Amino acid sequence: MIEFHLDGRSGVSPYQQIVQQVRNALRLGLLREGDQLPTVKDVVASLAINPNTVLKAYRELEHEGLVSARPGRGTFVTKTLTDNSLAAHGPLRQDLRRWIGKARKAGLDDESIEALFMTTFRTAAQEDIA
Amino acid sequence: MTAAVLRAAGLGKKYGRRWALTDCNLEVPAGHVVGLVGPNGAGKSTLLNLSVGMLTPTAGSVEVLGAPAGKQLAKVGYVAQDTPTYSRLSVAEHLKIGAHLNPGWDHSVAERRIQSIGLDPKQRAGRLSGGQRAQLALTLGLAKRPDLLLLDEPVAALDPLARREFLQDLMEAVAEQELSVVLSSHLVSDVERACDFLIVLVDSRVQVSGEIDTLLATHYRLTGPRKDQKSMPKDQHVIAASHTDVQSTYLIRTEMPILDPAWSVSRLTLEDLVLAYMGRAAQPEQTGRPLLEVQR
Repeated sequence: MIEFHLDGRSGVSPYQQIVQQVRNALRLGLLREGDQLPTVKDVVASLAINPNTVLKAYRELEHEGLVSARPGRGTFVTKTLTDNSLAAHGPLRQDLRRWIGKARKAGLDDESIEALFMTTFRTAAQEDIA
Repeated sequence: MTAAVLRAAGLGKKYGRRWALTDCNLEVPAGHVVGLVGPNGAGKSTLLNLSVGMLTPTAGSVEVLGAPAGKQLAKVGYVAQDTPTYSRLSVAEHLKIGAHLNPGWDHSVAERRIQSIGLDPKQRAGRLSGGQRAQLALTLGLAKRPDLLLLDEPVAALDPLARREFLQDLMEAVAEQELSVVLSSHLVSDVERACDFLIVLVDSRVQVSGEIDTLLATHYRLTGPRKDQKSMPKDQHVIAASHTDVQSTYLIRTEMPILDPAWSVSRLTLEDLVLAYMGRAAQPEQTGRPLLEVQR
């Protein structure tokens, strides 16, 4: 069983935070197939959030095929996310390190590097959608 | 059934020569936790008192659970401001009164809650802390098993811990009993987590109402080179605008995509949104009509 927590200042809506936390737990192997998610009642009682928020998050996870709701029993994990993409992390991180090194050499400070990364990331994401 | 739990049409209330609530049009669907937000003296309590029939409207009408206000009292729970209790009666006596006055009283709910809060049934209400008194009032409201629970500034007087505990218990009850709730507050932070429907009331007028998700998805902040308000597209309703000699910042509502590449577009937090509508109400020339109603 995992426990949710909310970051009020992150700018990410509470329901998305719950979705992300389940996905992360799946990626990290904290949740496996067959594990139960906290019941809606438990989540709202511990976080003081609206039940519809939790239901919405669980519905989205269900829609993604990660969990399934069994009426009267609870919501259970049906799929893991610990896949082979983990193996790709190492080389990608190395590439990124090299790129950051280059950016530093070119005289960019931390803030500029972050801004450059985020704008490029966003533009690329937008092009993917379009 | 998805009938409206609260419906107001042209609702107004006048005290002497002053309007406490003006031309209020609202429709709140069932199954929501509604945050009624506005500064002190905006008319929040007046709206709630009209909804339970403790006040009669000067103008217009208000319906609760499909019947005129005051006709469905067995199905409506109301916890007035400062969570009133009888200071000389004990906790157990409060429950006894509750059971006596309410046909749908659920004694097991009341007992379970008193136990889990840790209240001594023999304790007089006058000796309870503010948080305990609020919890006792909430217990009475919930044990009544209402379809709609109205709470007027329930957490305003509580310390942060008591406030959190109160909202936790309220949300748990909402999940269990499937009731609709209207909760008034002058703080956005109180309603941000607990509510999924928002009504902003300023200066006796409803400024905006709608599902919070919808509101957040249709409001944007635009920043860019200076641009006159008259040249904004028709589907972009300007809520607030500020200009420097080179730059313009607009806060807008639109359901259409924003196409002008000159703008850098960002989302609003709930607090930004509420403050923008409050600021708008402060500008006298714009307080003509209820400015916006977002409904599904």
